Amino acid sequence: MSNIEKYTQAFCQAFDIDEEAAKKLKFQDIPAWDSVGHMGLVAQLEEAFDIMLEPDDIVDLSSFEKGQEILAKYDITF
Amino acid sequence: MTLNDLFQIAPYSLTKSEKNKVLTQILKELTVKHYKNCPEYAKILKALGYNPQEVFSSADLPFIPVRLFKQFELKSVSDEQITKTLTSSGTSGQAVSKIFLDAENVRNQTKTLNEIISSFIGKSRLPLLLLDTEMIKKDRTMYSARGAGIIGFSIFGRNSTYALDENMNINIQKVSDFIKEHENEPILMFGYTYMIWQFVVRALEENNISFNIKNAILFHIGGWKKLKDQAVDVLEFNRRIQKCLGNVKVYNYYGMAEQLGSVFVECEHGHMHCSNYSDVIIRRAKDFSEANIGEKGLIELLSVLPTSYPGHIILTEDEGAILGEDDCPCGRKGKYFKIYGRIKNAELRGCSDTYEKR
Repeated sequence: MSNIEKYTQAFCQAFDIDEEAAKKLKFQDIPAWDSVGHMGLVAQLEEAFDIMLEPDDIVDLSSFEKGQEILAKYDITF
Repeated sequence: MTLNDLFQIAPYSLTKSEKNKVLTQILKELTVKHYKNCPEYAKILKALGYNPQEVFSSADLPFIPVRLFKQFELKSVSDEQITKTLTSSGTSGQAVSKIFLDAENVRNQTKTLNEIISSFIGKSRLPLLLLDTEMIKKDRTMYSARGAGIIGFSIFGRNSTYALDENMNINIQKVSDFIKEHENEPILMFGYTYMIWQFVVRALEENNISFNIKNAILFHIGGWKKLKDQAVDVLEFNRRIQKCLGNVKVYNYYGMAEQLGSVFVECEHGHMHCSNYSDVIIRRAKDFSEANIGEKGLIELLSVLPTSYPGHIILTEDEGAILGEDDCPCGRKGKYFKIYGRIKNAELRGCSDTYEKR
């Protein structure tokens, strides 16, 4: 699976949504992405890419798009 | 300086004159913003005869009693912008505060808490043992202050594990396994003061069980009201924690649902500290004038965070005294203070007091 596929899958699994919906998602757009769901997403991403995000980055992870920027810091390219 | 500038500097770095300048400016702007956008708040300020021309320091800015958040729905953004409504510490039969948050306010709260807590524990995320029940996050429509506190703290940890089951019984096996799995690294723990006392310390003592954690840091919040009734003070609390859990560094912190994020942490010398994001003013109950250092009075809390509701300057129902400013032996700048607890005749209310044993 490519990185973008893995990344999208993490969103789909964390929030139980399809790929189309995942790609334009922002924090608190849907009830599932609240602060509880947020930690679920973090867990999915960390497992998928075998990384550990810094607290700062967890706070900044505010959209599907922003998440890709953040993961770039962990040497994950899309 | 703006809030974003504050995020760029260490959280306990501003000295008295710098801080007064920055805080007065930010809080003044917030007062204007809420005045314009929250009609009820504007009414209160008009009734108080507030005149912006007479503001020279943050102590000159108008404060509102924390109780107003129970009586009125105070918000400075439109209903569509509100993403979270936080309810605080309501036991049945008592009025609850309602705090209306938009996405920006939530984000700034988390960011601030992160700056403050990581200045104590560093930036790396430690294995986290939550001294509470997982049930707290089951009902997500009910965003209680207690649940919000736990979820908010989760970003500092990894492998988040809840120590209590749904009946508030400590799961000995689960806790032992967690400690064993992480025996070679520091462990982070979080919980509410009274819950920790009742369902961890007392429960372990009654069953003659103790753990031997080698290196842990515990943050706890929620107030001492119920523990005071049992004559348990900070020193006794810490001693008994260490006796049943092991080598645990204990940090108590203080904060209100009305000002989530900009919390006050007790340092190694037992002093509660204001960070760059917050301040404390002690007021004399008889005329609300500013008390001197060491003088007991009502605690007024100032926070640069509340943007979606007018909670930036509130008068609490707690009593405290300023101990000093910029000169605590721990090295942190800003005011440090002591909390005596709720004033008499105020309602019983504190996050960890909301759990009623059935």
